[in-house]
Amino acid sequence: MSTPYFEFLRAELAPGLMEGLWTSVLVIVPSALLGVLIGLTAGVLRVYGPKPVRKLTEAYVSLFRGTPLVVQVFFWYFALPYIKIGGWSLVLDPIEASILAFGMCSGAYQSEYIRGGLNSIKRGQIRAALALGMTTRQAVLNIVLPQAFRRALPGCGNEIIYLIKYSSLASIITVNELTGTATTIAKNTWRNIEVFCTLGVYYLVLVTLAGWLLHLLEDAMSVPGFERPRT
Amino acid sequence: MSDAMTAASGSAVPADTILEARNLFKTLGGNRVLDSVSLDIGRGRVKVLIGPSGAGKSTLLQCLNFLMPPDSGHILLEGREVDKKSKKELCAFRQQVGMIFQDFNLFDHLSALENVRVALMKVKGLSKLEATERAVAELARVGLKDKAALYPANLSGGQKQRVAIARALAMDPKVMLLDEPTSALDPELIGEVLAVIRDLAQGGMTMIMATHQISFSASLADEFLFMDKGRVVEHGSPAELLGRGSSSRTQAFCSKISELTGDNEAGECRL
Repeated sequence: MSTPYFEFLRAELAPGLMEGLWTSVLVIVPSALLGVLIGLTAGVLRVYGPKPVRKLTEAYVSLFRGTPLVVQVFFWYFALPYIKIGGWSLVLDPIEASILAFGMCSGAYQSEYIRGGLNSIKRGQIRAALALGMTTRQAVLNIVLPQAFRRALPGCGNEIIYLIKYSSLASIITVNELTGTATTIAKNTWRNIEVFCTLGVYYLVLVTLAGWLLHLLEDAMSVPGFERPRT
Repeated sequence: MSDAMTAASGSAVPADTILEARNLFKTLGGNRVLDSVSLDIGRGRVKVLIGPSGAGKSTLLQCLNFLMPPDSGHILLEGREVDKKSKKELCAFRQQVGMIFQDFNLFDHLSALENVRVALMKVKGLSKLEATERAVAELARVGLKDKAALYPANLSGGQKQRVAIARALAMDPKVMLLDEPTSALDPELIGEVLAVIRDLAQGGMTMIMATHQISFSASLADEFLFMDKGRVVEHGSPAELLGRGSSSRTQAFCSKISELTGDNEAGECRL
């Protein structure tokens, strides 16, 4: 009665998912970059910032690690427009709200990895940098952060892998990314098994690709003493 | 010192004094680690800090370049007091006071060349080309020109310490502070570092060094400062403190070290 799977894939599923894939990439790449940027900043501030800033960044991390991501996504999309400051309010479209939500949440986790990386670098190197006449800022940016980043990279990569998968949550605020598109196709065709299994394969490919890129980055940044552990 | 005569001497500080510390106090965790320590060092002089561990040698050296700011007291470089509240002044001061650490503290993600070069570029503002030339020259001076491309993970302890010395020298310091530069080294690697330090001293570098290498430092030092419980309890030339028949604390301490190491250094100690 129904067309064979490969015919269905070629004619209907793949073209639909291809569109969804681009939307997914459009959400994933900016939120991953935002997450790394926020994570680096928050991580450095949590270790080297003045005390009030340290407290503030810690509060940020507890808040965004401590609440469900779905709640955060709903907040940015549904609740934010109602918050009026001086008569102004910010209305985000679904893609913007998703990027903000994923970036903020990812940044909270990334900052944990960065913080661990920073703390793993011996303080003696900062003292040596200061003794050469560097400012604390120069010492952190030129000496500690490049090492901490190398140490944190496997963790940060892991977080990006998570991000790829939780980007599927964007579908619940009407973003037609991979999962959103797949759900629509499944509803229209009733071919649930084929659609969702294929969807899984798409994510698997995305994650594998990201893992491969992250390994390339690790290798590019590898110096003796900071090699990627090989198994 | 003939050049000392020509300099105007309006202040009480002799014109050739490079670094002077007055009445340094430091309390750490309720312990008084420095108790009214004063010292001054003239151009080209070598002073050696000795004493039991916990005596405050390391703290004193770190206070001298404000890595650990003293609770009170004054530090003067060439007769000018350093204002520790001004970050700019502190950075400028530290460029002129080189520091060598017991555990080297090389920057682990940078090659030997980059370790020497980074502060030349970031602090002195040299171009990459100028900084590289200077770094290569400094590495050659400590005998490591051929190791320039190696990373700390691939250098021996002695080589690491020599890179650290080259890194400090590249900033053209007026005085060098050395905090037990050979204490973390295997015995067979100590010699190469001591040879570099001896070259520096003979080249006229002003140095304050904490060390347990008594006989080596006795051959370089103009003055020994014996520290105990945060105070300088004895000071004088190595010959005075270690000379035959001397009943100094320094002599007693030195004999004890020699006994512990079990070799015949006691004889050398006595000069």
